[in-house]
Amino acid sequence: MPGETPALELRNIRKAYGAVVANREVSLAVQRQSIHALVGENGAGKSTLMKIAYGHVRADAGEIWIKGERIARHSVPQAIARGVGMVHQHFMLVGTLTVVENVVLGQEPRRGGLLDLPRAAAQIRALSQKFGLDVDPGARVEDLSVGQQQRVEIVKVLWRGCDVVILDEPTAVLTPAEVRDLFVVLRGLVQDGMTVVLITHKLDEVLAIATRVTVMRRGERVAEHEAQGLTCEQIVHEMVGRPVEQHLARQAVRAGDAMLEIRELHVTGARGTPALRGVDLTVRAGEILGVAGVEGNGQTELVEAIVGVRAVDRGTVAIAGTPITGEPVARRYRAGLAHVPEDRHDRALVLDYSIQDNLILGQQRDFVGAFDVLDRGRVRAYAERLIREFDIRPPDPDHVVRGMSGGNQQKLVVARELSRQRPLVLICAQPTRGVDIGAIEAIHRRMLEARDRGLAVLLVSAELSELRELSDRLVVLYKGQLVATLDRAQLATDDALDTIGAMMTGAWDRRAGQPAQDPTEAVAGDARP
Amino acid sequence: MKREAVTIGIALFVAALAGSLLIWFVGKSPLDVYALLLTSTWGTSYGIGQVLFKATPLILTGLSVAVAFKVGLFNIGAEGQLAIGSFATGLCGAALPAALPGPLAVALCVLAGMLAGAALAGLAGVLKTRYGAHEVINTIMLNFVASAVILWAGNAHFFVRYTTHTATISDNATLHHLGFAGSEANTSLVLALGLAAAVAYFFHRTRRGFEWRAVGHNPRAAQNAGVRIGSAVIGAMAVSGALAGAVGANYVLGYKSYYERGIGSGVGVMGIAVALLGRNHPAGIVAAALLLGTLSHGGLAVAEQVPKDLVQILQAIIILTVACVSVVRARRAHSAGAAA
Amino acid sequence: MTELLLSLVSLTFVMQVLRITMPYALAAIGGVVSERSGVTNIALEGILLMGAFGAAVGAYDTDGSVVVAVGYGVAAGMVTAALYAVAVVTFQADQIVSGVAINMLAYGVTPYLLKVFYNSSSNSPKIKGFGGKLFSNPVFWLALALMVVVQLVVTRTRWGLRVRAVGDNPEAAHTLGVSVNAIRWQAVLASGALAGLGGVWLVLSGSSFVAEMSAGRGYIALAAVIMGSWRPVWACAASLLFGFAEAVENNLQTYHLGIPNELIQTFPYVLTMVTLAGFIGRSRAPGALGRPFSAR
Repeated sequence: MPGETPALELRNIRKAYGAVVANREVSLAVQRQSIHALVGENGAGKSTLMKIAYGHVRADAGEIWIKGERIARHSVPQAIARGVGMVHQHFMLVGTLTVVENVVLGQEPRRGGLLDLPRAAAQIRALSQKFGLDVDPGARVEDLSVGQQQRVEIVKVLWRGCDVVILDEPTAVLTPAEVRDLFVVLRGLVQDGMTVVLITHKLDEVLAIATRVTVMRRGERVAEHEAQGLTCEQIVHEMVGRPVEQHLARQAVRAGDAMLEIRELHVTGARGTPALRGVDLTVRAGEILGVAGVEGNGQTELVEAIVGVRAVDRGTVAIAGTPITGEPVARRYRAGLAHVPEDRHDRALVLDYSIQDNLILGQQRDFVGAFDVLDRGRVRAYAERLIREFDIRPPDPDHVVRGMSGGNQQKLVVARELSRQRPLVLICAQPTRGVDIGAIEAIHRRMLEARDRGLAVLLVSAELSELRELSDRLVVLYKGQLVATLDRAQLATDDALDTIGAMMTGAWDRRAGQPAQDPTEAVAGDARP
Repeated sequence: MKREAVTIGIALFVAALAGSLLIWFVGKSPLDVYALLLTSTWGTSYGIGQVLFKATPLILTGLSVAVAFKVGLFNIGAEGQLAIGSFATGLCGAALPAALPGPLAVALCVLAGMLAGAALAGLAGVLKTRYGAHEVINTIMLNFVASAVILWAGNAHFFVRYTTHTATISDNATLHHLGFAGSEANTSLVLALGLAAAVAYFFHRTRRGFEWRAVGHNPRAAQNAGVRIGSAVIGAMAVSGALAGAVGANYVLGYKSYYERGIGSGVGVMGIAVALLGRNHPAGIVAAALLLGTLSHGGLAVAEQVPKDLVQILQAIIILTVACVSVVRARRAHSAGAAA
Repeated sequence: MTELLLSLVSLTFVMQVLRITMPYALAAIGGVVSERSGVTNIALEGILLMGAFGAAVGAYDTDGSVVVAVGYGVAAGMVTAALYAVAVVTFQADQIVSGVAINMLAYGVTPYLLKVFYNSSSNSPKIKGFGGKLFSNPVFWLALALMVVVQLVVTRTRWGLRVRAVGDNPEAAHTLGVSVNAIRWQAVLASGALAGLGGVWLVLSGSSFVAEMSAGRGYIALAAVIMGSWRPVWACAASLLFGFAEAVENNLQTYHLGIPNELIQTFPYVLTMVTLAGFIGRSRAPGALGRPFSAR
């Protein structure tokens, strides 16, 4: 269909945030009835570009054309009016409102001055039926699963009559089976005459569904191809600018004594509901135990309970044989714990502190002289050493952390945790989230080094490829319970990802060791026949 | 540093402008009023002394508010804390044996005031830690409660009959005046400056100050790093209250020689302006206290021309302006310097 | 003691409670509207005071016209709220600091104007207020109607939906083309009108404006908002509790029960602290409460 007017076109878009150029003279043309993938590392500028196309962000320079018409002063209402809709990476849903209320927000139908929700609800049901979305208009959004919430986002876009649908990292929070379902929906949309733009960094998915691929790197468009015949290696090379080692060399595992022992753990989550319901877990020195699971099944609470920022209802946690249940956080670190939190801005770093201050955060008592005064000389020397060893940039101990890139911030956290006095157990939660490929490689190397040095590593991750790459053993967490364990041999099989995916959605019969015959175990709405 | 100076400059300019409007509204000349304000304060020895006298408690309440801010808390209760602290100081001063050496007597009285202030503010800290109740409302409620309790205790036992003040303190607890042509400035100024230095040292050199500041910036990261948030909150509120409670030294030990109901009224609220103008930094707070002390004494001097509430109005405007401008400038600096 | 208890079940007492609750309730629903949109409203205290002052001026100037008094009072409340909105919505200044500043401003402006207008340092001249009328007072029924109207508006109108969305997840609303800051401005102005009306009631229930007469009611109204889980009708119910407390406090002073008068006066404040401690964990605040929003 070249030659036909593109559904969406951007010409020479430029956008800078202060000194950082997010988009540098980027042009993109999306053809009608295609699935166009926009790929690149974290920070490459793909999200920014599409937010500009949607009117959510204003470009500094450049032109936006929708269906052959130039848009002078773009805005979100403009985009929606012309049929462009966006499903954001972090869902833009108001949790306390119902599905209907969320879908109609901004274009609420009225009757006699008051809201007319029943009419909209009927329309939603019809749309839901047509595209296989299975959405309940009366449900409260915060009660829905992540997969269901995403479908609400899609209905939101369709209800407004959009025929160009942009999805930003839609599969980041889905299991393999849910990804397949999403792709079925997307193909259905395209068959109905719509256009889909997919922003993603997950290359295997790109190849499974896209018709055309555009690659961005550091704010610039570097390549564009027909998806046919494209390989992952090719795209990664273009994304990073150099060939990247896909698989790191690893030694055979030499598991020693049990370093982290968790027995019968019951933990209540933030909203008062049980998050962990009887978890038993052992991690030995010199091994990496991976924990897989869809976000919201207890992973966060598991890590919080081990670290000590969440109370335990029942059960025990021990490090190197020393029970630490109920002990304050500081004592756990002294017992040998090290922790790379899942959200570095939230839990790991004080953004307004300098690099050196963040490097001693959690160990400040070790740098104290007389009268509880911090020995600044020692702190600085320590910081300079770690900056060198872990290649933290910029290499200035006084540099404020807020100004650093995500990858360097994460390297700082990893550096800090691995350099503790006597780390025995290392907990890594989503260690490479929001980190570019170069830094991912570095962090994975460090984790393998730690394991070879004899640490017991617990890796909690939503990235199945990362788990598969690094784990010596893998467990799957579903609804607060461990449903299966896989060893390295099982992880290497071809259908391992599918198996894990089935475990993550509960469609797994623990005793029979195979997919569940009876789907009643599955989450409501996600049932698989 | 430069950024802070510009913020303060803008705030003062806007306040001066607003003040001019208010003065003009009552039919007086702003220039005349401002000139009178300056000459009656820094123009005479007595004026300077009075400025110092007014600035001393402002340094303390400014520090009080700033210490709380640094740990992420809002202590709006300095009024009540300084009242109960002054009351305790007065009672202690009256109860001490005259034979006690001067410095010890003074120290005990100041300590009594600080403990009382710490207890009141600490209570708000406990309510926050145990129940999650916001300290803004609680410290304000405690202001009213403290005022009522003092009145009751005074009427029931401690006030001299038919008055609303306590018995005179013994001589050994009285503080010397600093001179300045008979103004009330007294040696409690030294105490205030000393406490300012101590607060600066605490926050920037000690381990606990490092931890408390971390709590102020990002409590979740601090918690993850092993800092006990509850202790930090209660501790910071207690220190904050103690600083306000030390105000008794200025008014009771250095001026009236007894506690009188209502002394130091308004100083607690002014402390918020001092802390904001001083950007929560002890050195800035001293400077801001001098400025607001000037306004405060000058306000009295121009009271025939303009109602003295002008001072309070100006403070409020200063706070609003600083609050607005610092956000604008912080945002600009952030987007200019930050990476992805 | 029996006298006291008997008095509590009399019609006069009930009327007294209703009369006293009005300012709390009106300020509370104003607080609900503002906070549901994500703007904490510590400034209610100052708005209440300015509303009272405005009403006093209006009543004095027109020798007791309730309509004018209401008009001036509501206007004064809205102007104060507008100043607050400029700071926290337009400039995104810290909401608590700005709220405290607005209250300080009100506490300074009112005596200033008292001196300028009436040459007094603590009260306005006597004005003709409601004269003790309650059920025959149209403003009472207006206020009740407003409570119902606000509840309806928040839950069943388009604007109300947008307010709730903006207060819980402003980013989400923004992505759908809703102007977050415009909605917040409107909500703050509405709270200014409602709390201003509360101030009108406060001053017209008495006979003159007295300096600092709000006496912390604005803060107590905030506690009522929290107790009422940020719902208009429940916040009014919570306000009744505080109105009841103040009424009992007034009456206790005449029934010498052995509790010192000075301590009786702490009753509403202590009650506020106790209820805050008990309720804050249980009610859920709007998700984006207290956080300014900027469209990038």
